[in-house]
Amino acid sequence: MDWFPLWNSLRIAAISTIVIFFTGIYAAWSIAKLPRVLKGILDVILTLPLVLPPTVVGFFLLKLLGPYSMIGSFILETANTRLVMEWYSAIFASVVVAFPLMYRTARGAFESFDPDLHSAGQTLGMPNWKIFWKIVLPTTRQGILAGTVLAFARALGEYGATSMISGYTPGRTATISTTVYQLWRTGNDAEAYMWVLTNVAISFVVLLTINSLEARQSPKRAIQEMER
Amino acid sequence: MLIAKFKKQLHSFQLDVDFQADMGVLGILGPSGCGKSMTLKCIAGIETPDSGYIELDGVVMYDSASNINLTPQNRRVGYLFQHYALFPTMTVEQNLLAGVRPEDFDDPHAEVLKVIQTLNLEGIEKKKPHLISGGQRQRVALGRILLNQPKILMLDEPLSALDQFLKWQVQLELVELFERLQKTVLLVTHNREEIFQLCDTVTVLTDGKNEVKQSVSELFTAPQSLSAGVLAGCRNFSRVEILNLEQGLFNALDWGVNLRSSKLTASSKHCGAYSQSFKVVADLNAETQNILPVTCLHRFGKGVTESLVCSTPGGSSGASILYTELDARDTALPNVNDQFHLAIAPPDLVFFDN
Repeated sequence: MDWFPLWNSLRIAAISTIVIFFTGIYAAWSIAKLPRVLKGILDVILTLPLVLPPTVVGFFLLKLLGPYSMIGSFILETANTRLVMEWYSAIFASVVVAFPLMYRTARGAFESFDPDLHSAGQTLGMPNWKIFWKIVLPTTRQGILAGTVLAFARALGEYGATSMISGYTPGRTATISTTVYQLWRTGNDAEAYMWVLTNVAISFVVLLTINSLEARQSPKRAIQEMER
Repeated sequence: MLIAKFKKQLHSFQLDVDFQADMGVLGILGPSGCGKSMTLKCIAGIETPDSGYIELDGVVMYDSASNINLTPQNRRVGYLFQHYALFPTMTVEQNLLAGVRPEDFDDPHAEVLKVIQTLNLEGIEKKKPHLISGGQRQRVALGRILLNQPKILMLDEPLSALDQFLKWQVQLELVELFERLQKTVLLVTHNREEIFQLCDTVTVLTDGKNEVKQSVSELFTAPQSLSAGVLAGCRNFSRVEILNLEQGLFNALDWGVNLRSSKLTASSKHCGAYSQSFKVVADLNAETQNILPVTCLHRFGKGVTESLVCSTPGGSSGASILYTELDARDTALPNVNDQFHLAIAPPDLVFFDN
């Protein structure tokens, strides 16, 4: 059996998660501090990919990055690199689709963060970057971790936008989800089951991780609420 | 020495404070939501005023006229938050270490160790804040601030998060600390007990504006406004009609009696009386001044003191009712529906110009 789709799916999901981790946290942290109206507008824009059909996202991405688009043709001319129909094209799709999960979870964590802790760090003379990395992130780590895991899971399962922007080329752009579709279409049920089971197993582990994170979180929450 | 004179528009009112604080403990007393915490936050640099001037020990920290606004990091203000704001993922020791500015000490760990010893934190150094008691938490937060070597100490309701039993102990620790530090201390609270127990001077903050600074005992004997009187614990108020200013004679309209006090001035509009200021008249012939014929409406005990709610000749509702606290060991205390006489000594009456 050819394990390429697993490897390809994992690397796409991993790279997407790294990108989403930093951009999601940055967006969440910046937007959590904004005035309400502006926050509402930006929030809608950043959450939109979560509710849009992935095919719509795929359509937009093709129009944005395709060989006849401004960005696509520029990259093709200067770097001789295609942005679509390659294995890494799926990263664009996964990042856009999974970003809202990280962004929203992180924002929720930041909003429940006690602003006095931030102020305390400031009055004690800690530089703002140190406050963020040493106080804010460790205090909100459960939310951040949950967001990361969710984003990874979503990126791993991405199908719609991925199939449009990366296509399906066995051994080159095939992912687990596009492979399952292809196998079903060609009536290869036995191998399709293999990939379905693989996918279910990975998702199971991911959800188990989230649950254990939440379980670890609750006793501490309870204590903190008792104090209030 | 702190000079603070600034304005900031808040949700429903404008904060407009103007005060100076020297060595010693200055209390800012005000009801909830009067802008007390915002005042501290502006001084600390966490919030920015709309306009004004803030100076600490000769250093201008904020001046809207010349666009000076130091970051909180550069102000050297020790801020004790109401819930202490200990970093929850750090141990006690790490929290203390977080208070050390690297440029201040060659060996931060040695300094932390000293603070652990002086503040009696041995044995809990490796514990996280949610596993230690409220009193310990406050000591850690104070220790963290002291390691930071602030020019001023600012405390936000330092006793309110503690239970009654701990309050006494923490109060003693704080008084001792203030004496040892010899620094400017600012304390904001809505609780007069914290003012009486911890402060030297006090300024009352209501609706965003602060009154003239006075000594704590003056706040009790001569509050500057009705709201200051309420905050100082005064329970009974009546409108005043001046009858003879020279003799200090006036009619307490709501209580329906004529009273006398040399503290009466031409601008007095209300008078007030603390519930503890009254006593029961045993012999009407012996008393000549400030006697109120009253009827007991309710009586309930609180151990040593007994609370009596009485109607006056002015009526039996609203401001006409007197709330009194009397010594329960006085066997002559009347019962419900009894008619009797209360007396208040002329100096115990307080007067308000508003």
